[in-house]
Amino acid sequence: MPITPEVLLSRLQDALGDRLVSGKVALGEVTIEVRATDWHDVAVQLRDTPGLRFDELIDLCGVDYSAYAGVGREEGRYAAVMHLLSVTHNHRVRVRAFCADDDLPVIASVVDLWPVANWFEREAFDLVGIIFDGHPDLRRILTDYGFIGHPFRKDFPVHGQVEMRYDPEQKRVVYQPVSIDLRVVTPHIVREENFGDVGHG
Amino acid sequence: MAEIKNYTLNFGPQHPATHGVLRLVLELDGEVVERADPHIGLLHRATEKLAENRTFLQTVPYMDRLDYMSMMQNEHAYVLAVEKLLGCEVPVRAQYIRVMFDEITRILNHLLWLGTHGLDIGAMTMFLYTFREREDLMDIYEAVTGARVHAAYYRPGGVYRDLPDSMPKYQVNKYKSAAEVARLNTHREGSVLDFIEDFTNRFPKCVDDYETLLTENRIWKQRTVGIGVVDAGRAKALGFTGPMLRGSGVAWDLRRMQPYEVYDRLDFEIPVGKNGDCYDRYLVRMEEFRQSNRIIRQCVDWLKANPGPVITGDHKVAPPSRATMKANMEELIHHFKLFTEGMHVPAGEAYAAIEHSKGEFGVYLISDGANKPYRMKLRAPGFVHLSAMDEMARGHMIADVVAIIGTMDIVFGDIDR
Repeated sequence: MPITPEVLLSRLQDALGDRLVSGKVALGEVTIEVRATDWHDVAVQLRDTPGLRFDELIDLCGVDYSAYAGVGREEGRYAAVMHLLSVTHNHRVRVRAFCADDDLPVIASVVDLWPVANWFEREAFDLVGIIFDGHPDLRRILTDYGFIGHPFRKDFPVHGQVEMRYDPEQKRVVYQPVSIDLRVVTPHIVREENFGDVGHG
Repeated sequence: MAEIKNYTLNFGPQHPATHGVLRLVLELDGEVVERADPHIGLLHRATEKLAENRTFLQTVPYMDRLDYMSMMQNEHAYVLAVEKLLGCEVPVRAQYIRVMFDEITRILNHLLWLGTHGLDIGAMTMFLYTFREREDLMDIYEAVTGARVHAAYYRPGGVYRDLPDSMPKYQVNKYKSAAEVARLNTHREGSVLDFIEDFTNRFPKCVDDYETLLTENRIWKQRTVGIGVVDAGRAKALGFTGPMLRGSGVAWDLRRMQPYEVYDRLDFEIPVGKNGDCYDRYLVRMEEFRQSNRIIRQCVDWLKANPGPVITGDHKVAPPSRATMKANMEELIHHFKLFTEGMHVPAGEAYAAIEHSKGEFGVYLISDGANKPYRMKLRAPGFVHLSAMDEMARGHMIADVVAIIGTMDIVFGDIDR
């Protein structure tokens, strides 16, 4: 039987000590936050501590929090989030660290711990622009060769910056600025607390 | 003696054996692969970014187009993540329907995998056989959802509608005689559930046929045994899940280890390989055919005996019925708000994973309390498996690269997203 999220959280608190900035259980999932400078050390502990033994890195992604609920998060703009799974003990954890510098988000690479991180970190670099220090081959992965910008940042328009077409005169494919306008059909709405509560319910 | 240099070969992006648009840059020493560098992203559509700009409901059809060979399973992970954030109850009948369709989809996916994997490494006939069975399953898809591939059937809170009482039939036309039509319609006289039940009776025989063609086939074994070997420890480090992990001897299956929906009430086995090569992964998937068939059968029996609602009655999440909507102001407002502004999902984050045909398919949703996701990240099994391409192909012959691509069961919809 897997342990409950609460037990896992207390084990994480014991193992990580001061390195744990915050930890909580929500919706049956354990989320911990650590400092970006501790990212790699925490990962080592999570993988190697006998009671934790997170042997699989399930997912790693970058998040741009700049537009969160319209105001962003005070911890910083960019965060790296990884989801770990222990096949040995059958439990999961989510680890988040906010990068210190909003202009040049840097965090340590965990490729040496889980080789699967290689492509995940390339993807987070490509799409969100987080730089993974110590990554052996930090190239773009999903976007086009020669792509400029990081498309999953919140200030990148959903239709992109350039479009591609075949130019019959030059007899080759050319890039040009996009010719379509951004059209928002349904706006992004966050309702205030108790919205629509008429007070007689 | 002439000096022999390594040379680089571009494999794809338009090669039938790459199963889509994979550009594989191979560094070769003679015919031996020294390094394999997959270039992906040629099918990148930024599904995650699109989801940030659409309401929660509008994203469901995009899920079909991820791994377009196991459509409903992608939707499943997504609706589970939304339901987790909403804290929404799903009727049991809807859970059984979802499980049944997940397993139908698993068979669909594995049939395609078997056909194309066979086609790639010289077993031409498989493709013709597997597509015969795929036809029946896609007819089920069509009868229930109206679409043969991109179903858009699951909804947060349940499924779109209940299973219909009749199965569409073939009609006589200038190409099909009455006798031919009568033969084609023999299994289609009853309801959709009868047709599925009939399929589960026929299907084990079909799997036996595939096995006679391949399992002891000398050429098949020469092409797969000892190719792309990954041991259990390495498979975990490389992030493998699903048949790729089980082929290496790790009995890990989310349906059993972290059961979702009604999998804990169903009886099925988890096949495990031993050597972690292409052949073991083939055997694992062949056994999964039989186990999925068993699960479908159990779901059919339950569904026949237990009618009930198939979507939640919470009209903040699911629309009210057409009749009440026309007669009741409150319901009309619900309907209007749901399809214009969309549902509001409480702020928070959730990760929901399912045992997809290819491995663990996960959806990580961050909501800031709005009518659209703040951030969605899709954890695609194919992406992870393909990232191990370099390690698995190194030292093998160039022809084995094709076998390795086949055994990974990659589909570019979910790798590139």
